[in-house]
Amino acid sequence: MQIENQFGKIKTVSEAMEYVKDGMTLMIAGFGGVGSSCTLINEIIKKNVKDLTVISIDAGDPDVGPDHIIQNLQVKKLITSHIGATPTTGKLMNEGKLEVEFSPQGTLSERIRAGGVGLGGILTDVGVNTLVEEGKQKIEVGGTTYLLETPLRADVAILYAKKADAFGNLVYDKTARGLNPLMAMAAEVSIVDAEEIVPIGAIDPEDVITPGAFVDIIVHGGGKFKWGWQ
Amino acid sequence: MGMAVKEKMAKRAAEEINNGDIVNLGFGIPQKAIQYIPEGKTVFFHAENGVLGAGQSPEKGKEDENLVDAGCVPITAVPGASYFDSANSFAIVRSGKLDITIMGGLEVSEKGDLANWIVPGAIVPGMGGAMDLAKKTKKVIIIMTHTDKKGNPKIKKECSLPLTAPNCVSLIITDLAVISVEKKGLVLKEIFDTTTVEEVKEKTAADLIIEEPVKVISYE
Repeated sequence: MQIENQFGKIKTVSEAMEYVKDGMTLMIAGFGGVGSSCTLINEIIKKNVKDLTVISIDAGDPDVGPDHIIQNLQVKKLITSHIGATPTTGKLMNEGKLEVEFSPQGTLSERIRAGGVGLGGILTDVGVNTLVEEGKQKIEVGGTTYLLETPLRADVAILYAKKADAFGNLVYDKTARGLNPLMAMAAEVSIVDAEEIVPIGAIDPEDVITPGAFVDIIVHGGGKFKWGWQ
Repeated sequence: MGMAVKEKMAKRAAEEINNGDIVNLGFGIPQKAIQYIPEGKTVFFHAENGVLGAGQSPEKGKEDENLVDAGCVPITAVPGASYFDSANSFAIVRSGKLDITIMGGLEVSEKGDLANWIVPGAIVPGMGGAMDLAKKTKKVIIIMTHTDKKGNPKIKKECSLPLTAPNCVSLIITDLAVISVEKKGLVLKEIFDTTTVEEVKEKTAADLIIEEPVKVISYE
């Protein structure tokens, strides 16, 4: 079925890849690769862009999610909460080939959300009196000491969704949601790899998780990861 | 043959869970606690990747690649479950809606400080959700071996490793004992039937308050 592309957002994968460039900041959605776009990650490896700053909840699992791009030495800095599920990132970090900035997972989520919703930062007491507070401004509100955590934005975000309509209204699938709705908001260009693309009106407005205003490009990649449990 | 020690720790931890609790389980032994929830108790398991109401593993062949726990292992969802993004997942944590977190530990201090996210220069996995969970859950239960592989105590006056969160642990369950962290200090509540109070004291590098009689746990 031909889907009317009223907003011009539905593009081919190679058209979408024109936005991915050397030295940019890239948000890779997903949790351990669940909710990541396999096709777009593979295309980024093929294009072999370099010196990326990647923001992702974790480094992925071996060969799944961000791990593949990191293995291919395309990343100079990673902002994340966890790298323990794959050996590559820790190894590159220890060799001085990759800079890693750790943020507690809830804090990382809110920093991305802050970047996406136009806020200048967040205040959280998670990380107070730990290594996380180093170099951060402390602000006291109502007798509690908080850390000022700065917002995160990216040039491009890539994410998976179960369904997108031609405007970019998105529906996710179970635990393949993670940072996806937050990253869609926090990038100059958000690229959605939708399993299914449907006409405008085919998604009940009550079911929309990410409003199409936050989505710039919709592709259908169709790629599938090979999971550790398979 | 008796129950394996890991199972005993998980079973003892599960006894802390009350009907209606919202609970987050860390990787490894804590996850085994799910098997020891008595029938008739309704518990909602929170997995920080975005589900409240995580259920048992699916049958082989019935896995759904988009329904996994925070260790990316396929799960099922129980009736009444919900899915959400990472911000809402940690909103549940930070707002204090989580009753219990059960996680592993590298060190716990006598004030209940927890270290479990980094061994500088050796193991640097990152904190994941551990800092949020440790700091904000109502009751933090740590399951760990009483000593490290070299026999050094992991319960100490002060943690030597970088902290996950200060003053956050409520209860420590080790392969030897159950110790509660209270205002007055560390209280030895129970020991497993494989040890003695003397051995526990010897392997703990902090003062233990002992209120006789110390209960002895025997699992068949």
